Amino acid sequence: MHLHFWGHTMRISRQQKEIAIHGSFFAIASTSILVLTLIMVFLIVEGLPIFNQVSFPDFVFGQYWYPTDDPADFGILPMISGSLAVTAVSSCIAIPLGLMTAIYLAEIASPRMRSFVKPLVEMLQALPSVVIGFFGMVVVAPLLQDWFGIATGLNLFNASVMLAFMAVPTITSIAEDAIFSVPEELRAASLALGATKWQTIANVVIPASLPGISTAVILGMARSIGETMVVLMVAGGAAMAPGSLFDPVRPMPASIAAEMAEAPYQSDHYYALFATGMVLFLFTLMFNVLAAYIAEKKKQTGTASL
Amino acid sequence: MSQFADATGTPMAQHTPLRSEKHTARHTIQKGMFILFKFSVAINALALAIICGFVLYYGAPAISWEFLLENPRNAMTEGGIFPCILGTIALSYGSMLIALPWGVATAIYLHEYAKPGKVVHLIRLAINNLAGVPSVVFGLFGLSLFVTVLGMGVSLLAGMLTLAALVLPLIIGASEEALRSVSPTYREASLGLGATKWQTIYRIVLPAAAPGILTGAILSVGRAAGETAAIMFTAAMFFSPVLPSSLFDSVMALPYHIYVLATAGTNIEETRHLQYGTALVLIALVLSMNFLAIMLRARMQRKLT
Repeated sequence: MHLHFWGHTMRISRQQKEIAIHGSFFAIASTSILVLTLIMVFLIVEGLPIFNQVSFPDFVFGQYWYPTDDPADFGILPMISGSLAVTAVSSCIAIPLGLMTAIYLAEIASPRMRSFVKPLVEMLQALPSVVIGFFGMVVVAPLLQDWFGIATGLNLFNASVMLAFMAVPTITSIAEDAIFSVPEELRAASLALGATKWQTIANVVIPASLPGISTAVILGMARSIGETMVVLMVAGGAAMAPGSLFDPVRPMPASIAAEMAEAPYQSDHYYALFATGMVLFLFTLMFNVLAAYIAEKKKQTGTASL
Repeated sequence: MSQFADATGTPMAQHTPLRSEKHTARHTIQKGMFILFKFSVAINALALAIICGFVLYYGAPAISWEFLLENPRNAMTEGGIFPCILGTIALSYGSMLIALPWGVATAIYLHEYAKPGKVVHLIRLAINNLAGVPSVVFGLFGLSLFVTVLGMGVSLLAGMLTLAALVLPLIIGASEEALRSVSPTYREASLGLGATKWQTIYRIVLPAAAPGILTGAILSVGRAAGETAAIMFTAAMFFSPVLPSSLFDSVMALPYHIYVLATAGTNIEETRHLQYGTALVLIALVLSMNFLAIMLRARMQRKLT
């Protein structure tokens, strides 16, 4: 009687327990949406007041950034162009390097080489950005100064090279997955028709994995535009649009990181830095949404999609 | 190829040179391309080796028990980095205390409970975008939410929470991968024996996925330990004469220490050896985490095959 009673209540509570557990997991998983929303909300709440001082177009397209002058200038075009410049130049290095490494890993390397190169790429990814920035500052900058006879080694070029090595692992690992997932029969068919391995890679494997490769490239660029410590330490920090490869620049993340400590709480300067963060966030969001769109729309569905 | 003959036995004289020429040409191209690929791998290896080499070469002389176990002295131009090591360990493992249960639970929901639909799509979208948020933006978020609105101040706790949000997508990704690698037959067998879904997950699936989850956690600790921009406004301070005694104290941290010594000190050149030494300790900490994860994964793969 007693036991039965126990069993009875147990059975009910077991079901209820399952529902409760399911519910709690759902609640926890939803917090990811909450965090992303909170990030956006706080950027907006803390950034919006600056637009009482300066209009949005003047903020984004303004040439001058003198946040502590009186009257202050809040134009972040130099930072935006700095960010775009380092991203573009670093992509020129990182995309070929990252993609070639990915192709090597997925198509050419022997299993032994793979087990050696893959950890290497992961270690490159793991290097803290502050260490890469430090290296660019104390080792690369003096070298550049010597070799090219330029005023400062802390410039667009140096920052871009350092950023490239941070973007390479991102590009490599995503592109490798994409190349790896190309169905084996495509390769076999191409090889059976007498194509060489390289012809197969260039004409079959790469076209088939193009959506994944594009995703890899875009996420690599997103990595470059959002990276902070390297551009803070190595880019030179001049709030001007760059005129040459060896001009110092001040990308958005560098501007935020360098000035936040000095900006008084809820001053115009503080708001302007949050608004800069908002613009930076919009850039990375754009990259990410684009990458997700390509990955989803052009999803490889076996051999049928070719 | 020159011994090829047509059906009548006449050698295909006019075709043979063409064929072999083309044959060698495309093989030369292939050889060239493959060398190029290997070259690009070599550049990556070289970059890693040069950076680590420089830090090791110039940093090793700075390493001593005093350097590892004492406070900085004399406006940070002498002494050690003990508070920074402690701060970094507290920040990275502390953030893991928050992010690991949070991330694993999210992964369990996504992989074990969720059915494809709008909400799940939204959650995945949020996680993907969270992974792409720049670390300095996480810093701004931590500054406004944890430091200011929730009144934690620039503190260990605010830093841990900010870092937890930053590594969350990593943990979710690794945990989901680990759950995916658990064979469905495990689940079916458990459910078939009358276990509930939660019992199956808790007793069968999670233990089987544990090594993979652990690998992800270790990698995330390394990531959090090296993170600078996210803790600049939320947790880190230049110099503190005393070790933090509560979650609401600000801390010194290795990455921030490197940044400060290398850019903001008055004796940048004089403290160069300390900068290299600190960088070496940070790299050693981060790469040993990575190494551990790589070994763990290699062992797992051996076990699976």
